[in-house]
Amino acid sequence: MKLRQILEIVGGTLLTPDANLDLDISCAAGADLMSDVLAFAKPRALLLTGLTNPQVVRTAEVADIAAIVFVRGKMPPPETIALAEEKGIPLIAAPYTMFELCGRLYEAGMSSCDLELPAHPAGRSAGHERP
Amino acid sequence: MRDHEPAPRPRVSDITKVQELAYQLKIQQVMTSPVVTVTPETRMADLKEILRTRRISGTPVVEGGQLVGIVSIEDLIKALERGALDAPVSQWMTSRVVTVRADDSVIEAVKRFAQYRVGRLPVVDAEGRLVGILTGGDITRGLLAAIGLGYQEEEIHRYRASHIFEDIESDNTSLILRYKVRARDFQRGGEASSKIRRALTRLGGSPQVVRRAAIAAYEAEMNIIIHTTHGGELVAEIQPHQMRILAVDHGPGIEDVERAMQPGYSTAPEWIRELGFGAGMGLTNIQKCADEMHLESKLGVGTRLTIIIRLHPEAQTLPGSR
Repeated sequence: MKLRQILEIVGGTLLTPDANLDLDISCAAGADLMSDVLAFAKPRALLLTGLTNPQVVRTAEVADIAAIVFVRGKMPPPETIALAEEKGIPLIAAPYTMFELCGRLYEAGMSSCDLELPAHPAGRSAGHERP
Repeated sequence: MRDHEPAPRPRVSDITKVQELAYQLKIQQVMTSPVVTVTPETRMADLKEILRTRRISGTPVVEGGQLVGIVSIEDLIKALERGALDAPVSQWMTSRVVTVRADDSVIEAVKRFAQYRVGRLPVVDAEGRLVGILTGGDITRGLLAAIGLGYQEEEIHRYRASHIFEDIESDNTSLILRYKVRARDFQRGGEASSKIRRALTRLGGSPQVVRRAAIAAYEAEMNIIIHTTHGGELVAEIQPHQMRILAVDHGPGIEDVERAMQPGYSTAPEWIRELGFGAGMGLTNIQKCADEMHLESKLGVGTRLTIIIRLHPEAQTLPGSR
């Protein structure tokens, strides 16, 4: 799905005016824990989050996240926008809740960044010890 | 007219690069400026001289600062055929002019050229004043220059870097990158990992390997920022076949290493959790990205985390490697 469509679906405002709206997004995920972001990250993914500090952009860069949507109309501080512009990661502010935004995108056919769930921790170590 | 053979398909990577640039580049970066203009009263004979001496094929018509038309060499030929060289430009010009804005992306101009099939587009500013002119040639030159620039900036870096291991011979070459990481320095948190990531990319690491290394380095870097008293050091030792990331600090050390390894176990204070960190998943994430991970820690002394990532995972499956 193109970033242009996403902007429309989430009813958002583009905070990085130079962004390429024809950017192709492969999947989306919502998270407020940066370690979760790093765990699910897939290339060209979209991140929906309620956090607006510059670390969100750093995390996105490290994890190959293509674009970020801030939920509930949160406006990130200027440092966040400046870092996003430097790293070429488009930022969108959207007026709805995380739940509503995920719903809208899912309904429009956006796929989820499937988390490869690890096996139960106990089962996993047992598996290793099996002769 | 004969049918055209379909053009050979350009490689996908080429298309996206040029498309990307067409969106990034602004028209004002590629347009020709200042512009040669004529007025509606200019005679067609004078226009002919202007086109000939300036070696151009058309020009905007301006009256009192406002763009009122455009006149091209085709209009001149028509006027010549009718022997109307004494007529004013206003009789032969096109009055409905398609324009582009200087701050629009080049892609807008590309679309307009395709839609209106014109040879040139006058470029106007936000107030409608003529500030330049754009032809297909300007766009081609602009794109080529931008590609050249990008090539110089990144590709040459990459080319040179990726040859380090071939150009320099030793029995065991490694490239060591050291980064100081300060405790509580959230503002710069992730900078070291970002640099490691770029270095690996330039060294020719595959996107998957680069991702894994960047994520592992980032979690380790954030751990130093969040948990240490005096900061520490992040070291990336890159060898042709593998890389080792070392995160070393001098305290306070981890009380219970086994518990620290459990997903969700965290000692991070509340304010760090509010920033989205300290969820107790860092070491778990690192383990997922690493081929090997070792955590040594002594309370009151410090912590040393070693992460090993093999750069050519496919080599592991070769017969005899196990």
